[in-house]
Amino acid sequence: MTAKVTVKQVERVAELAHLELTPEETGAMLHDLNAILDYVAELNELDTAGVAPLAQVTELLEAAGGGLRTDAVLESLDRSKVLAEAPETNGVFFKVPKVMDR
Amino acid sequence: MESFVETPRTFASLRAGIESGTTSASSLAAAYYDRIAEINPRLNVYLSLTRDRALAQAERVDALAAKGDPLPPLAGIPVGIKDVMVMQGAPATAGSKILKGYMPPYDATAVSRLEAAGAVLLGKLNCDEFAMGSSNENSAYGPVRNPVDTDRVPGGSSGGSAAAVAANMAVATLGSDTGGSIRQPASFCGVVGVLPTWSRVSRYGLIAFASSLDRIGPFAANVRDAATMLGVIAGYDPKDATSSVAPVPDFAAESDKPVEGLRIGIPAEYFAEGLDPEVRAAIETGIASLKAAGCTIKPVSLPSTKYAIPTYYLVATAEASANLARFDGVRYGYRSPNSDTLSAMYSHSRDEGFGAEVKRRILLGTYALSAGYYDAYYGKAQQVRRLLAEEFLRAFAEVDAIVTPTAPTAAFKLGEKTGDPLAMYLADIYTVTASLAGICGVTVPCGQTSAGLPVGMQVLGSHLQEGTAFRVARAVEAAQA
Repeated sequence: MTAKVTVKQVERVAELAHLELTPEETGAMLHDLNAILDYVAELNELDTAGVAPLAQVTELLEAAGGGLRTDAVLESLDRSKVLAEAPETNGVFFKVPKVMDR
Repeated sequence: MESFVETPRTFASLRAGIESGTTSASSLAAAYYDRIAEINPRLNVYLSLTRDRALAQAERVDALAAKGDPLPPLAGIPVGIKDVMVMQGAPATAGSKILKGYMPPYDATAVSRLEAAGAVLLGKLNCDEFAMGSSNENSAYGPVRNPVDTDRVPGGSSGGSAAAVAANMAVATLGSDTGGSIRQPASFCGVVGVLPTWSRVSRYGLIAFASSLDRIGPFAANVRDAATMLGVIAGYDPKDATSSVAPVPDFAAESDKPVEGLRIGIPAEYFAEGLDPEVRAAIETGIASLKAAGCTIKPVSLPSTKYAIPTYYLVATAEASANLARFDGVRYGYRSPNSDTLSAMYSHSRDEGFGAEVKRRILLGTYALSAGYYDAYYGKAQQVRRLLAEEFLRAFAEVDAIVTPTAPTAAFKLGEKTGDPLAMYLADIYTVTASLAGICGVTVPCGQTSAGLPVGMQVLGSHLQEGTAFRVARAVEAAQA
């Protein structure tokens, strides 16, 4: 858990996150990520063997959520209002640049 | 430095004025827009105003009052909304360039419930980008300044929401809190801020940061009005399957109950190294006033507290990296013109649209979730999260509320921590614990430093025990008067 992050790893994580960083940004992120990861390594001091992960707190609450809704057709947002906010559409679908270079 | 502090009138006095006709919702709204026009250029609190919607609502309230009809609970109360909630008639930016120009086609449930209760929605409030920050300096639209001292930050991420109440640019506001984003700015600006129990308020229409931690809550100038606001927005919503079906008590009435006999826990871990001595002194005076009011003061132990910041920054960034994947230039907001393939369009839009702190958190979260590191980081953090939550539940078996400082210091200066992300994260050291455990809390003003900066006490309650937290906060507030 004290692995030092390398430039290559920052570039790989940025690629996974669809972030295209400038070389200056990559350098700054390398520094910050290493500082933060050094700090979070404190967690290794705690013995958590056998502790079940807690992803969210619903299980701790006496009255949880309302459960699954009934499977019924309800009104949705108006398509034209939704599409009006998109950078590019053909009036029915969102439009995006070509997926592959040929 | 300049100061713009002005205390808003109470809900009760505004309501009496509207009912009796000595004032009107319309004239009140106009007066608030005048004050906003005058001082917003100095404080940068509002990002956009919804004048048409506000004035139409004010006219509806005035028509009810003129007929002598019963008024709904927030009739004519001018409120502001943090710009991480969607509200028709105003752009929703989340403090980010990537959403610039987005006009949402629906209202968040908390927003529509306020309006249904008669509130007049003035506009949208500045905040850190995607609610990521502790000083409001991460907004793409410039920092908010603290009305108490304009050289200082208002706290974050709901800096605009706290500053608006402190400067009387709204009577009450909505904010959101993921790791302290309501409680810490309330402390820095000297107002009341509420972290409801996770699930108490619907998150429908809240732009997601970290879904297992995100909560919407109110700011007001006094505890009773904050309790009234929470009563309006709380309760099950079919549009948020995680919202709680638990009945919503009359929080204002709960806050009126005396505190005599309540057991108050003091965790030594929150009074250790790093706590400013003046903040400590102010909180100790507040604790003494609870004792004088008949509370029993007991030490409680929360030994894993020091692990809360690393746990929080792994959990929150992991969830953020998933939630913020939706900002891709396809459906709303900014699309980079500099790309001819889909993949390049995604990367360019995100790189040009997101600010540095958001990128830092997306990268950290993506790293913590990536193959080979998941167990060591995200998995480990989830295990520690359980330890932290269980410590609170054990403590709440022995006490009714826990009180702590909200933040280790009073408001710091603009620029003081911007170069060091870790130093900024430590501003949340006393607030992230309750976020991880899902419990509720109230920040209430509790004295000030020798420089005149506000100090806030954090009153924590167990799951769904907001009523108790409000009672204790009322007693602290009463002792200040």
